[in-house]
Amino acid sequence: MGKILLEVRNLHATVAGVEILKGFDLTVRAGEVHAIMGPNGSGKSTFSKLLAGHPAYTVTGGEVLYQGENLLALSAEERSRAGVFLAFQYPVEIPGVSNASFLRLAYNTVQKQRGGEELDPLEFDDLVREKLKLVEMEASFLERSVNEGFSGGEKKRNEILQMALLEPTLAVLDETDSGLDIDALRIVAGGVNKLLNPGNAVILVTHYQRLLNYITPQFVHVMEDGRIVKTGGKELALELEERGYDWVREEQAARQLA
Amino acid sequence: MSATLDSLINRPYTAGFVTPVESDSAPKGLSEDTIRLISAKKNEPEWLLEFRLKAHKHWLTLQEPQWASVHHPKIDFQDMVYYSAPKTKKKLASMDEVDPELLRTFEKLGVPMHERKTLANVAVDVIFDSVSVATTYKKKLAEVGVIFCSFSEAVQEHPELVKKYLGSVVPQGDNYYAALNSAVFTDGSFCYIPKNTRCPMELSTYFRINNQESGQFERTLIIAEEGSHVSYLEGCTAPRFDTNQLHAAVVELVALDNAEIKYSTVQNWYAGDENGVGGIYNFVTKRGMCRGVNSKISWTQVETGSAITWKYPSCVLLGDNSIGEFYSVALTNHRQQADTGTKMIHIGKNTKSRIVSKGISAGESSNSYRGLVRMTPTAHGARNHSQCDSLLIGSRCEANTFPYIEVRNPSARVEHEATTSKIGEDQMFYFSSRGIGSEEAVSMIINGFCKDVFMQLPMEFAVEATQLLGLKLEGSVG
Ligand SMILES: Nc1ncnc2c1ncn2[C@@H]1O[C@H](COP(=O)(O)OP(=O)(O)OP(=O)(O)O)[C@@H](O)[C@H]1O
Ligand SMILES: [Mg+2]
Repeated sequence: MGKILLEVRNLHATVAGVEILKGFDLTVRAGEVHAIMGPNGSGKSTFSKLLAGHPAYTVTGGEVLYQGENLLALSAEERSRAGVFLAFQYPVEIPGVSNASFLRLAYNTVQKQRGGEELDPLEFDDLVREKLKLVEMEASFLERSVNEGFSGGEKKRNEILQMALLEPTLAVLDETDSGLDIDALRIVAGGVNKLLNPGNAVILVTHYQRLLNYITPQFVHVMEDGRIVKTGGKELALELEERGYDWVREEQAARQLA
Repeated sequence: MSATLDSLINRPYTAGFVTPVESDSAPKGLSEDTIRLISAKKNEPEWLLEFRLKAHKHWLTLQEPQWASVHHPKIDFQDMVYYSAPKTKKKLASMDEVDPELLRTFEKLGVPMHERKTLANVAVDVIFDSVSVATTYKKKLAEVGVIFCSFSEAVQEHPELVKKYLGSVVPQGDNYYAALNSAVFTDGSFCYIPKNTRCPMELSTYFRINNQESGQFERTLIIAEEGSHVSYLEGCTAPRFDTNQLHAAVVELVALDNAEIKYSTVQNWYAGDENGVGGIYNFVTKRGMCRGVNSKISWTQVETGSAITWKYPSCVLLGDNSIGEFYSVALTNHRQQADTGTKMIHIGKNTKSRIVSKGISAGESSNSYRGLVRMTPTAHGARNHSQCDSLLIGSRCEANTFPYIEVRNPSARVEHEATTSKIGEDQMFYFSSRGIGSEEAVSMIINGFCKDVFMQLPMEFAVEATQLLGLKLEGSVG
């Protein structure tokens, strides 16, 4: 078993005064792929953004340890530099800032932190063109403003391109598969697979088991009303696809009665 | 807006100090006597006094303009000083005779007054309150026939040129503030570029308001003779006072056949504090006349200061094939108000104009673009393209675009594009989730947004402008 990368214990969090996470637990080890599924509004994106350090969420209880340290004490920038990465469910557009310069600044910032070599625009261009192949994106996306006018699928590819550049230790992909056509799904999943290694881990947030045909998770978690209510192997995803979430709810209700 | 966003816009204004110099000031108030006093102090010829008095008469019949999207308490024009000059010896033989206190002031502001120490290739005219204190590189410029001096000096040394062109682009009665300026202007810069001459260095004027009670009314006149070329820069700062000071300047540019004038401004007057107390009222009339065929006038401005900016650098495209350009970045923060834009008046055949306006609003500020494109009946084949982009930082600020388009020639073509985008918490989080700190993020956003305008600035100014905008926004994004 790999060493523990992430330990979330009894996490409670609010946004705008409303409690969204209500006792969330999760342990992720190096080399693992976890899938989190669950109905709309159950708190999957809240957990993802909170992990990345979004300022809108307030932690009201519990703890989050990343590589044994208190992750919650770090700013979003520090988390990113320490190897935490979030591929957004809805990547924002940043008008006027070229994708190439954004990617390079992000890359160099993280490299600096890790004692790696920072690249000038020309050197970076070589690197990024290499990485573009991984997600089969055209070089023309580099010249455009970050995500501006990108189609839904293009935005998702751009997220994985960033993952490829930043080489995170812990990546959360929030519905990266939504909005991808069948070919793109295969390409993006292939890209993620290539980035997996025994030292890192990925948490996939998804509604569909078809992504899991390409990226095999060791664990599938069901999230419901702010916490994980069921954990299983990859077969659980198939079962969910077939039967929906109601039986999980019933099972849980029965457990609570017992 | 989150705390980080806020903390990014709020850096102190570093030019806000006062220089302790003795000054020779006129008593408060405006009357014919004040004007006679100013004219006498400056030893002006009779025709210039007439010009002033006529302007004053006309001003008395005018009302303050109400159409701009700005709000301020009524200005009491009698509670203001119209002439204030640092006391000096009569005539300065060299830069070494400039009051050391003044030299220190400009050194602190980064304005090069020692020719030895200057930025390579920039000649500077320095205006302190109402008068020019020094002009550098005069000799070197004179070798090629370029005249660059204070306006007062031009009146004494080159009266025929001043008389010929003063008021030829902005007539005395043009508008309320231009009329006021024409009556009471005290100094400014004068440039004359002779025929077929490329001015060998950047010409630059640095304006400094020091006196708390004086208004600043400068007059700038630039004449580019046939086939000549000049690039002129203007910078401004003022101390931090809790009262408002009025700055009502007039700038006139004249470009003859095949001449080109490039006029750049980095305006950083004191903007008032975060509650809107104090700051400069910047009510300025700037206009260029492309008189000759194939002439070109290009305005580039980076407006970051002032409590209120009311300013529309314009081009009258009289000569056939003449070109007018306006590139603008206007940034407002806290309670600042800016109503700025341009007018492109197409008269000659195949005249072209280009407008690129970038408005950035943060805090609770209000930022309006107001632009007129007029194609007169004689403007056959004329073209205009306007691009007006607004960037909102946070959710309490405001941006408006008021394009006025008048086309009276069927062969003329006008295109107008406008966009509005917003930088909020989610954009900032996107940067920080990739390891990028908020200061870098803001500077990247601003640079990207303003790229098309910054490209037009002379090198040193482009760097300065980027830093200035970064400082101004510090704390506003998060
Ligand atoms: N800023 C906010 N203010 C109020 N409620 C919010 C805010 N952000 C999220 N919520 C609420 O928190 C709940 C969880 O939202 P979240 O986005 O985490 O769900 P999700 O599991 O990712 O859903 P989906 O599958 O639709 O992406 C929702 O009910 C949502 O409306
Ligand atoms: Mg979600």
